[in-house]
Amino acid sequence: MTVSTQDRSALIPLLQQVQVEMGYVPREAITEISRELRVSTSDIFGVLTFYAQFRLTPVGRHQVKICQGTACHVQGAPLIIDAVEEELGLGDGGDTTEDGEFTLEKVACFGACSLAPVMIVDEDTKGNITPDKARRMVRKIIKAQAKKSAVSKNNGEMKNE
Amino acid sequence: MSNYTAIREWADEKTADKTRIVVGLGTCGIAAGGNKILEAVENTLTDNDAIQADVVSVGCIGICYKEPLLDIEIPGQPRLSYGPVTPRETKQILQNVFIDNEYKHKKSLAVIGDNHFEEIPSWKEIPFFAPQERRVLRNCGFIDPEKIEDYIANDGYAGLSRALLDMTPAEVIDETLNAGLRGRGGAGFPAGRKWSIAADNIHAYKEKNPDSDSFGYVICNADEGDPGAFMNRSVLEGDPHSVIEGMTIAGYAIGASYGYIYCRAEYPLAIERLKLALDRAREKNLLGKNILGTEFSFDIKLKEGAGAFVCGEETALIASVEGLRGMPMPRPPYPAQAGLWEVPTIINNVETLNNIPVILAKGAESWAEKGTEKSKGTKTFALTGKVENTGLIEVELGMSLREVIYDIGGGIPDGKEFKAAQTGGPSGGCLPASMLDLTIDYEALAKAGSIMGSGGLVIMDETTCMVDVARYFLTFTQSESCGKCVPCRLGTKRMLEILTRITEGKGKIEDIALLEELAPSIRDSSLCGLGQSAPNPVLTTLKYFRDEYEAHILDGHCPAGQCKALITYTIDEVDCTGCTLCAISCPVDAISGTKKELHIIDTDICTRCDTCRQVCNFDAVLIDGNLL
Repeated sequence: MTVSTQDRSALIPLLQQVQVEMGYVPREAITEISRELRVSTSDIFGVLTFYAQFRLTPVGRHQVKICQGTACHVQGAPLIIDAVEEELGLGDGGDTTEDGEFTLEKVACFGACSLAPVMIVDEDTKGNITPDKARRMVRKIIKAQAKKSAVSKNNGEMKNE
Repeated sequence: MSNYTAIREWADEKTADKTRIVVGLGTCGIAAGGNKILEAVENTLTDNDAIQADVVSVGCIGICYKEPLLDIEIPGQPRLSYGPVTPRETKQILQNVFIDNEYKHKKSLAVIGDNHFEEIPSWKEIPFFAPQERRVLRNCGFIDPEKIEDYIANDGYAGLSRALLDMTPAEVIDETLNAGLRGRGGAGFPAGRKWSIAADNIHAYKEKNPDSDSFGYVICNADEGDPGAFMNRSVLEGDPHSVIEGMTIAGYAIGASYGYIYCRAEYPLAIERLKLALDRAREKNLLGKNILGTEFSFDIKLKEGAGAFVCGEETALIASVEGLRGMPMPRPPYPAQAGLWEVPTIINNVETLNNIPVILAKGAESWAEKGTEKSKGTKTFALTGKVENTGLIEVELGMSLREVIYDIGGGIPDGKEFKAAQTGGPSGGCLPASMLDLTIDYEALAKAGSIMGSGGLVIMDETTCMVDVARYFLTFTQSESCGKCVPCRLGTKRMLEILTRITEGKGKIEDIALLEELAPSIRDSSLCGLGQSAPNPVLTTLKYFRDEYEAHILDGHCPAGQCKALITYTIDEVDCTGCTLCAISCPVDAISGTKKELHIIDTDICTRCDTCRQVCNFDAVLIDGNLL
């Protein structure tokens, strides 16, 4: 990666670029940016942890985003979050499943308030969601994933034979 | 012929007599399935050579509850609007209109323009639109935001042309002052006064630092962070040039040569359209060196926010642009004195800047005809929550809350009772039914304990728990507190703990007094607006909904039936048909019963996830014995 400017104001755009490309900001990137911009790693770490946008750990294969805006809240978003967390076995502040399949992100307002409560699974935006619908959406992906890995496992076995 | 006249002629020619098929593709339109409608339009056009039209995607027109929308514009006809449409209906409507000359469809919404279709209402007759006054939203949903010619053909850049060619910078400031435009970001500081202070400081800065790269900056605050607010996003997505034009006029007025748009990263579509709009404006010499052939040069850069609510505060925003943690600084010095890189800077909200071109093009006097004595003009609101017609609206300042909620909003759905209107997001408050006749202006809202804010207006009904709402906002402000000053960092945390305790049924009656003691101290001693306004949701709910706090604490009862720790689910023995649906759906197997027999919920196992109540087709699941 080349850095054209030593301007401090390039720091956040650079970190954003890394996050777009990698899905998170890995330690190596911090070290490299630190060297290029002559900003200490602790300083960069301070910026990274200040802004909600940045992740320091890899993101799951599937991203579930649940809107926490006011309109969604009064229309029952907390129940949706509970349901999805339970379905994915998430809790205690963790946002990514152990197998790295799902990341649950509770996001500030999407601005699709008229469809509240809103949930986005990968690219698919669903409005007027209920806990039951949310669970089913998640299960559907888990099922599809299981099917896929079963097929590839079978294929693998056949090849081995 | 001036440069502007030439550009205007070019735009008029390019946009004249076009047959257009218009699909609403703001974020809300996309979420409602707008892309599938666009696809259906394109497929229909490919299949039918007889239909010749430009397919255009526009920003949000505001009537979100009717999304996805399909509009048809034929030269010589008023615009026909349909919604909500499915892909199948889209095909049908296009065939009806273009092949059979049949304009009415069961999904006909309205006619925009001179209506000569008796059987379809004019949009000004629809209750949602009738009381509205569209100025800020003048172009949203009408122009193609990706085409500069559409903006110019609708008087775009006329204000800039008048400012640059016919007025001195001081006259532009006077015009803004005379209009009485107040900051639309929430606090309501007069925009003209801010500009005039900055202009003086820039003048002084120039004398001291003649070799500086820039003598002043214009920053557009597009970090719309209030949950439940999407007005600025809709303007940026639907009419990006209006903000660019407003910034350029501001730059000319105060003597700045650079501007920044600080847009939240959660608005990818707005960012994309802004980038495109900036390029187009540069191509037409409406931005860059010697704008419109004058001496004035101005350019704008786009900065993406990184998800910090506090960056809506001007000094925190400046820190963020500089690449630092977005933490506020004590004021003075105000940014207008020493802002970005210590250079005098003005920071205006998206909607404030969007108003500027209209003031300059039409004159301050005509702009100020609308509104009240102290609150001039119009204001956009994101009307959401428990209201029949949700959407983006714009009303003349001075309209009552009742008119907004019941006339435009169509009242509360499912025959429920109105409980509260929340304005100003986490910095505002909840207003009860007794204040429905309050007029919407800066002073009246502040007097009631809330604020105008940037325009989130969330309606709550009897099933919304006000203690939980206060807890919700404190959860937000507590996590968004930057941690720099103690009153905000610790104060919001302590208030949140107390509110959580109350919603969990562990509150003590002294907690109310404790909240009442904490709130004013946090308000009075916090460094920036975030902490100063964080207690507002608590103070207003305590003031207007004290009985709900008392019910939680004294009776262990949540009147709205929302607080999980205080409610029990039961099944009504009369209404239950024994259909087994609830038992099948229960994720924790807390419901037992055999087919055609009454089902029973084991409250020890029940997690209050509400699934049974939502799937029940017979309204047989009750919360605390009540049907919600």
